Amino acid sequence: MFDLDRWREIFQSINKNRLRSVMSGFTVAFAILLFTLLFGIVSGLSNTFKGAFVDDAQNAMFIRVWKTSKPYKGLQTGRRIQLKNKDYNYVTEEYANKIQYQSARIYKNFAIKYKSNASNYRVMAVNPDHQFLEKTMIDEGRYMNERDLNEAAKVIVIGRLIKKDLFGERPALGKRVNVNGSSYLIIGVFSDDGGDNEERKAYIPLTTAQRMYGNNDYVSQIALGYNPNLSLTEAVTFGNRLERDLRNKLNIHPDDQSALSVRNMAEANKGIGQFMGILYAIVIIVGSGTLVAGIIGISNIMIFVIKERTKEFGIRKALGAKPLSIVSMVVQESVLITTLAGYLGLSLGTYILSLIGNSLEEKYFIKDPSVSPSIVIVATLVLILSGLIAAYVPAKKAANIKPIEALRAD
Amino acid sequence: MIKIEKLHKSYPIGKDSLHVLKGIDLHIKEGEFVSIMGSSGSGKSTLLNIVGLLDVHDEGNYFLNGQLIKNMNEKKAALLRNKFLGFIFQSFNLISYKTALENVALPLYYKGISRKERLKTALDYLEKVGLKDWANHLPNELSGGQKQRVAIARALVTKPKVVLADEPTGALDSTTTDSVMDLLKDINNEGMTVFVITHEEEVAEQTKRVVRLKDGLIISDEITAVGKSKAV
Ligand SMILES: Nc1ncnc2c1ncn2[C@@H]1O[C@H](COP(=O)(O)OP(=O)(O)O)[C@@H](O)[C@H]1O
Ligand SMILES: [Mg+2]
Repeated sequence: MFDLDRWREIFQSINKNRLRSVMSGFTVAFAILLFTLLFGIVSGLSNTFKGAFVDDAQNAMFIRVWKTSKPYKGLQTGRRIQLKNKDYNYVTEEYANKIQYQSARIYKNFAIKYKSNASNYRVMAVNPDHQFLEKTMIDEGRYMNERDLNEAAKVIVIGRLIKKDLFGERPALGKRVNVNGSSYLIIGVFSDDGGDNEERKAYIPLTTAQRMYGNNDYVSQIALGYNPNLSLTEAVTFGNRLERDLRNKLNIHPDDQSALSVRNMAEANKGIGQFMGILYAIVIIVGSGTLVAGIIGISNIMIFVIKERTKEFGIRKALGAKPLSIVSMVVQESVLITTLAGYLGLSLGTYILSLIGNSLEEKYFIKDPSVSPSIVIVATLVLILSGLIAAYVPAKKAANIKPIEALRAD
Repeated sequence: MIKIEKLHKSYPIGKDSLHVLKGIDLHIKEGEFVSIMGSSGSGKSTLLNIVGLLDVHDEGNYFLNGQLIKNMNEKKAALLRNKFLGFIFQSFNLISYKTALENVALPLYYKGISRKERLKTALDYLEKVGLKDWANHLPNELSGGQKQRVAIARALVTKPKVVLADEPTGALDSTTTDSVMDLLKDINNEGMTVFVITHEEEVAEQTKRVVRLKDGLIISDEITAVGKSKAV
């Protein structure tokens, strides 16, 4: 396949006929540039939307309770609903196969004090699974475990910024802090993508909070991670069933959104998925349109180029060129130009996208736009293939006309 | 070398067809120097193109080097052209973006000869036609006579058995015509068969045999004075 002489012929032909080479190259480069920018911008939009939900796990569901807004079974409006351990366990038992993670939550606001430094922080009492639901990333030490729960241990996992507030650059792990008057052992330090507020939180074992603050079995909220094998639709159905079930169990009107509600990430994801799907569909249509325009462009140029070269082909044939050698010369030239030009357009596009970076995030919701390698590869292949076909069809035709007719051309 | 029997050729023109060659019989032996004369439109070029495998005939037989030419595909024709035939055209037909040297070397490329050897041989032939110093010039930097000499070098570079020339001097003035004819004579003296179309008596006189065409038929076929003197 690699024939140095053939390539020499091709390079000479490209080099000595710069205008037509540049013209055909430009069409392709431009098409690919547009294609890349388009895809990049949509991926940037998509990044923004996805980014809005990085705080929690993609499969998270939260069961929240408040006061009733509808009378039901003789019970009055305004009744305060309280979740308890038995509700938590009911969910565990009833829906075991639909649940990946489960954690209760109790919210507290406590002063945390280390030596002379003290400040108020949100302290959340949770189960070990909570780490995955909240996407808590452990920087040092560890998260709480079942044993801490069983022992109602006075241990605490603090956010990166709490550590910074109280300890500065000094180590915090293994130190004791004073939380609302009692002493807790710091077993871990975490960070979280959800922003500064998330990193000014601290986590303690659920059982510890229940024992220390109220000595009851109340929980404020139940957080779940549904089984990732569920489809979005199944997950939405699961959420709705769970909501109905719990309302029934707690004597709440079936439609009382205020008293008990399940916030389901699956619903949000479904919405985003649909939105992004539409966006991508538009982009695929417009993007393919751009590519097709590029392909038509290069086909036209190729037809023109080959027509212009018909006489040259006639001369070559009179000198002993076989039709195949003419076809492959033209095809290789075209493929070379489309590949190089395509690559150029792609590089330029990628470069522009990298320049854009996050600068358009504020105004246009475009964050870190980029094209995925697979799209790049597919687009490049499409181009090479189209360069091949665009050249092959007319070249084959030109190579098969009788040399005498070719010589008579122009 | 070339043997033609009852050759017919028509060109379709719309629904009709134009009968151009109406039964040509011609035998040219190896080493002959033949010219074809005839008025414009008498079918000279048509005949030469068929002989040169650039076009195909409708009826009759054509043997090139003893081989019957029939239903020839382009690939085979290309091989035969490359091996046996050299062309010289009235309009030179040089490739405009290639230098004189590269133009001359091109037939050797299709013969599969290495680049180094190609360029060396091509330069030898350019020297032969007196254009060594013009090797790296593009065709549009050359005069008509020089272009035709490049074309002659290109026709000769593969050492063909037959050189076919369609009015090679048609676009040249009388001095350059003489230099081109001298070259053709040299070629013939080296043993190549030369087949040349012309409408100039002075040119035909310098060949050894003149075939006259009229309305698609041979009306005379004579050995010239030159031919007679060289014979014996
Ligand atoms: N491709 C063609 N299609 C139609 N008619 C042609 C074609 N080539 C030549 N002719 C016609 O055939 C006749 C002979 O042409 P040609 O062989 O070129 O004559 P000459 O070379 O003797 O002048 C002319 O009348 C010319 O118009
Ligand atoms: Mg003619």
